Amino acid sequence: MRNAIIKLLLIIAAVLLIGWANRHYDSYTLSILNNIGIFAILALSYNLINGVTGQFSLEPNGFVAIGAYFTALFLLPADAKTDMFALVDPAPLVLSMHAGFIPAVISGGIAAMFIALLLSFPVFRVRGDYLAIVTLGFGFIIRIFALNNPAYTNGAMGLNDIPSTADFLWIGITALITFVVMLHIVYSRYGRAMKAVRDDEDAATAMGINTFKIKTIAFMTSAFFEGVGGGLLASFLTTITPDQFSFLLTFQLLIIIVLGGLGSMSGTLLATILVMGSMEWLRFLDDDMVIFGWHTGAHPGMRMVVFSILLIIMMLFARKGLFGDKELPELLREKFRKKGEQ
Amino acid sequence: MSEPLLEVRNVTMKFGGVTAIDDLSFKVEKGQIYGLIGPNGAGKTTIFNIITGNYLPTEGQILFDGQDITGTKPHKVVDKGIARTFQNIRLFKSMTVLENVLIGFHDRIRYSYLEAILRFPRFHTYERRIRAEAMGLLEEFGIASFADTNATALSYGNQRKVEIARALATQPRLLLLDEPAAGMNPIETEDLSRIIHKIKADYDLTVLLIEHDMKFVNAMCDRVTVLDYGEKIFEGPPAEAIVDERVISAYLGEFSNA
Repeated sequence: MRNAIIKLLLIIAAVLLIGWANRHYDSYTLSILNNIGIFAILALSYNLINGVTGQFSLEPNGFVAIGAYFTALFLLPADAKTDMFALVDPAPLVLSMHAGFIPAVISGGIAAMFIALLLSFPVFRVRGDYLAIVTLGFGFIIRIFALNNPAYTNGAMGLNDIPSTADFLWIGITALITFVVMLHIVYSRYGRAMKAVRDDEDAATAMGINTFKIKTIAFMTSAFFEGVGGGLLASFLTTITPDQFSFLLTFQLLIIIVLGGLGSMSGTLLATILVMGSMEWLRFLDDDMVIFGWHTGAHPGMRMVVFSILLIIMMLFARKGLFGDKELPELLREKFRKKGEQ
Repeated sequence: MSEPLLEVRNVTMKFGGVTAIDDLSFKVEKGQIYGLIGPNGAGKTTIFNIITGNYLPTEGQILFDGQDITGTKPHKVVDKGIARTFQNIRLFKSMTVLENVLIGFHDRIRYSYLEAILRFPRFHTYERRIRAEAMGLLEEFGIASFADTNATALSYGNQRKVEIARALATQPRLLLLDEPAAGMNPIETEDLSRIIHKIKADYDLTVLLIEHDMKFVNAMCDRVTVLDYGEKIFEGPPAEAIVDERVISAYLGEFSNA
């Protein structure tokens, strides 16, 4: 009961903070916060399949693309699509798609979830790293599909002028919902079964766990939130092209979840803030700097060099990521218990 | 004579050209502690894997409580009431002792995915109930004080106990123990046999166990089957097994006259 009240208070505080930030920060700060929010949604859901369930997958870019395109096509009015599609006329199906913001974003999630279901049948029947290979290929297929079917996606020109409904209130609250949902999954019989599959699949089966079902559930949940994140991304950026959803996106998310600790949701959240934030905070490194009277000159890309070095140092000192596979309260409890014993 | 709970009927298992089990039959009666012994590579663990559905036998059937369960998927075999432990302890290494035992309750919890995400009252009811039950199991094994310790930090003997507790959580009628006393010192072994006798009585269990320690088998089992190269070379009470000539020669080799 006490825990439930604390949780409720924390959620209310987070909502108020999001609302306050949305009103008081300038658009530059908000765009950074929006980026962090969207990447938090993507990284948290990616962590469910990769970290908690331990199935090495490289799928996020594909599912994010599906979510983004679905949402964008639902949000754009029919005449805007006719104007925009320069190469070929939009397909009738594309023209007939129209929905409000919430159904549009959710439809992106559901589409991604459905495709995850289809993928899981061939992939989870066998063991090993097939998931990584299949999902890697899947990401490429989606991109190539988007490039070569201009009647549906406007090809390489992408979709522009997507209504920008997604402000920090939407994105922040969705990120909060994702965080809470992920924690609720992890601390339930489903989360326990996912961890069991990660630790020892044979032993999990011997406990009566249908490992195929558990892996599929984790994969579909992950895909749903990645689709939703993609939809928010489309509305936030107002323009999407197939090249945005390259493997680089997956790679960025992989860095985040490994840094945060595979299996730790609070670690992932912290890592998202650190990685996405430092991309901005380190921007001064690109400019000309004066160190003891010596001008370094402007080196565009210097921040990426420093960023990479910081990452390497972090991984050297925290092999299992910032939080390992534990959540923040668990870590604190362990610390206090150790202090008590001394 | 009571009816058999488990019947292995004419089971043959071939891996390519190698015959691991050759036309093996035996019956385990309700309430028995049945021993499966034999030298290394005799096919004891293979039989376990066939019973639990991990292997499909080349020929023959497994009957559980009169029902043919040959080829049933491993996780469904657990539903039917067969639980197992592993030869080399296989605990979930990222989890605490309590969480390990909670996994055993997986199939007995009846809240759905959505109910878990939205934290419906049913979620809390079930979680509270199984946590209490799991703690009860740990207390019975005398390891309740380790509930929040990482499972792999425990001593070997205690890890064994966690594994058995975890198997019991699935509410089995038949418990398969693969070398439960392996790597234990005599005191731990004695403790273990006391526990096995106790849970057998408390949970109305039938136990099928694989073991090398003949003293342990002698003290525990009502009946044994001795395997050598996949063939049954003896069946009967354990006291007779240790004086049987074929059993002795399987373990120690033939005495040569030279």
